[in-house]
Amino acid sequence: MNFDFSDDQKQLRDQARKFLAEKCSPKAVRVVLDGKAPYDKELWKGLAEMGFLGVAIPEEFGGAGAGHLELCVIAEEMGRANAPVPFSSTVYLAAEALLIAGSDAQKKKWLPAIATGEAIGTLALFEGKGNPTPKNVKLTAANGALNGVKKPVPDGAIANFAVVAARTGSSGRENDISLFLVDLRDRGVEVKSLTNLDPTRGQAEIAFNDCKAEPLGGAGEGWSILTQVLDRAAVLCAFEQVGGSDRTLEMGRDYALDRIAFGRQIGSFQAIKHMLADMYVSATLARSNSYYGAWALSTNAAELPEAAAAARISATQAFQHCAKNNIQVHGGMGFTWEFDCHMYYRRANAMALGLGSLSYWEDQLIDRMRKKNAA
Amino acid sequence: MNFDDTPQEAEFRSQARAWIDANAPKQYEEELRKSSLGRTVLKNANILDVAKAWQKKKADAGWACLHWPKEYGGRGSSPIERVIWQQEEGPFGQLSRMFIIGHGMCGPTMMAFAREEHKRTYLPPLASGEKVWCQLFSEPAGGSDVAGLRTRAEKDGDDWVVNGQKIWTSGAHYSDFGILLTRTDPTVPKHKGLTMFFLDMKSPGVEIRPIKQASGASDFNEVYFTNVRIPDHQRLGEVGDGWNVSLTTLMNERSAIGAAVSTGFPELFEYCSGLMLEEGPAIEDRAVRSKLANWAVKASGLKYTSMRAISALSRGQRPGPENSIGKLVAGSMIQDVATYALDLQGANGVVSGEDAELAGRFQAMLLRAPGTRVEGGTDEIMRNIIAERVLGLPGDIRVDKDVPFNKIPTKGRG
Repeated sequence: MNFDFSDDQKQLRDQARKFLAEKCSPKAVRVVLDGKAPYDKELWKGLAEMGFLGVAIPEEFGGAGAGHLELCVIAEEMGRANAPVPFSSTVYLAAEALLIAGSDAQKKKWLPAIATGEAIGTLALFEGKGNPTPKNVKLTAANGALNGVKKPVPDGAIANFAVVAARTGSSGRENDISLFLVDLRDRGVEVKSLTNLDPTRGQAEIAFNDCKAEPLGGAGEGWSILTQVLDRAAVLCAFEQVGGSDRTLEMGRDYALDRIAFGRQIGSFQAIKHMLADMYVSATLARSNSYYGAWALSTNAAELPEAAAAARISATQAFQHCAKNNIQVHGGMGFTWEFDCHMYYRRANAMALGLGSLSYWEDQLIDRMRKKNAA
Repeated sequence: MNFDDTPQEAEFRSQARAWIDANAPKQYEEELRKSSLGRTVLKNANILDVAKAWQKKKADAGWACLHWPKEYGGRGSSPIERVIWQQEEGPFGQLSRMFIIGHGMCGPTMMAFAREEHKRTYLPPLASGEKVWCQLFSEPAGGSDVAGLRTRAEKDGDDWVVNGQKIWTSGAHYSDFGILLTRTDPTVPKHKGLTMFFLDMKSPGVEIRPIKQASGASDFNEVYFTNVRIPDHQRLGEVGDGWNVSLTTLMNERSAIGAAVSTGFPELFEYCSGLMLEEGPAIEDRAVRSKLANWAVKASGLKYTSMRAISALSRGQRPGPENSIGKLVAGSMIQDVATYALDLQGANGVVSGEDAELAGRFQAMLLRAPGTRVEGGTDEIMRNIIAERVLGLPGDIRVDKDVPFNKIPTKGRG
């Protein structure tokens, strides 16, 4: 058994960590946090040059053709660095949707552009409150034109194109939903930036008014494609969350070692030690669940739906737990804008909602476990 | 990343599987499979007899104490082979419980510190289960603070004379031998005045009294020592070096990778899958599903953490500290799981024993659970270990560290 990443993959992780430590310091993240740029363009370019954007894209479409395990280790480092770039929307959502359902022409048009950093993509799924269900998709597609409003759309204000979930039927079933590809520079698209919990990753509202769109995948297959995309993204996001959990645990630990109160290191008080030990426990459980998700993703195993839901829940909980208690260990300073703790707290809580809420994934996990037991 | 055996591992697994298939006491398989925390019973047989017979059979065929050297009754297997064996042994592994302390802690301590002739005399029958060993460390005055123990050993000619009391000794009532940590010098700081011995539990002056636990069962004992004589050649390590010897014992306890910790989750999931509530099937209830999902990811997280450790073993590496989380997570989880299972039963959850739902499975679990959070290191000690050894945080400030043991206060008030 080798339930671990290979030496090459670990080397890639180290390479990504080193690169991000240099190019994505907290100071660089703050440029986007403070609204001085919509995302870090230099970093995005650098990620493309390193081959990170196309790591899981096949060589024939301009990628490195490595695979999803390689993408997982890079995702972990993106989370650790709190990178202010549209990585998850472009790479986990848009590129994966294209890989699963795109025609050869669609792949040729967008995937090489993603790998070189020229195209930013996203998934326009949500329409206000609610979780990913066919019922919540109200935007309509008829005669090749979309009408409706999507929000929140991750990185929607900076994206060049979007995969849009639309209603093409009214049977009340999953096959009412179809996917479309939209070039966001086309007529009939109106984009509005939204303020959000985590300004280092934008959210937008996009209105489609008789907007021309081409189908992505077969008519009525939208929901089944979306489910696969969300499962893959759940695993990849889990690695970002694992990276964030580890980083916030380290920040808390380091502060507990440096800070003196009552004449001693605060890390010598059991109240603090035990809080940090519990953070370590959550982070470890999340890492192990995510590894299982990575295995299932990379082998396209039948276990992927269950593994993805477990990784999603575990990593969401861990990042929220670690980010929250990191602030607590820091005390008052942790609640200042000046300290970096809140950047991770924002990211942790935004990520907890991005692919649907925790309670949605809890529900999914139980459904999938029951299905497996019944099979 | 894969879950596959190497060719050698696969070969070992198929041998182990074939032997177990041909030799295991299958008449008990169903009952062992259904056992859960607080309830491992065989209706028509004495579990001790069944366990001893299985252990002897394994030993005769060379499948006992796999990781021990052959000359002491083991098989000289690699750590990963030991894990594969545990996986293949499955429910029959429940029968090894009474030997865990002897095989996991006493044996390795003897191997590290006993004289060669003692090793050859005592270890093979320990491996084969013919002789059972216990570990006598904890005392009323020394639980988490083991080094605070007060049982005295005083030199008298070639013997040591022991007086005092031990507590929480698992299996003392069916043990033949034990390893015993004593205080030989109370005038030096507490860690420095300890000495380790092994002794025959039938020695004159040893009195064993079962403890009636909060659960009503009796798995543990108090052991009283009144002028018990132990020959000096049964000393393990130097006089005054008992603390270091005991660390060897405890480290061996923690390195038992792959030993599954019980979380109660499979039992709860199975229960909820078949349970009807007033509003419909429990498994379709939103609140129930949320609870189950939260426990599911803890259980799977522990499972895959253990897989990561096994992978490290398979590569010939020492597993990292990740495994220290198992007992901490599982201990409080099984308590919460049992509480919730009873909540789902409503008022009838109060009924325990044969008349209860599932013949009282979750009631027994609930009543046994507090012990899991205390035995083998309390939750708080486990958190200290993680904080200090994994995260590198400072140790607790120890006010008694440099004080002669006999000057340490013994009462909190008055």
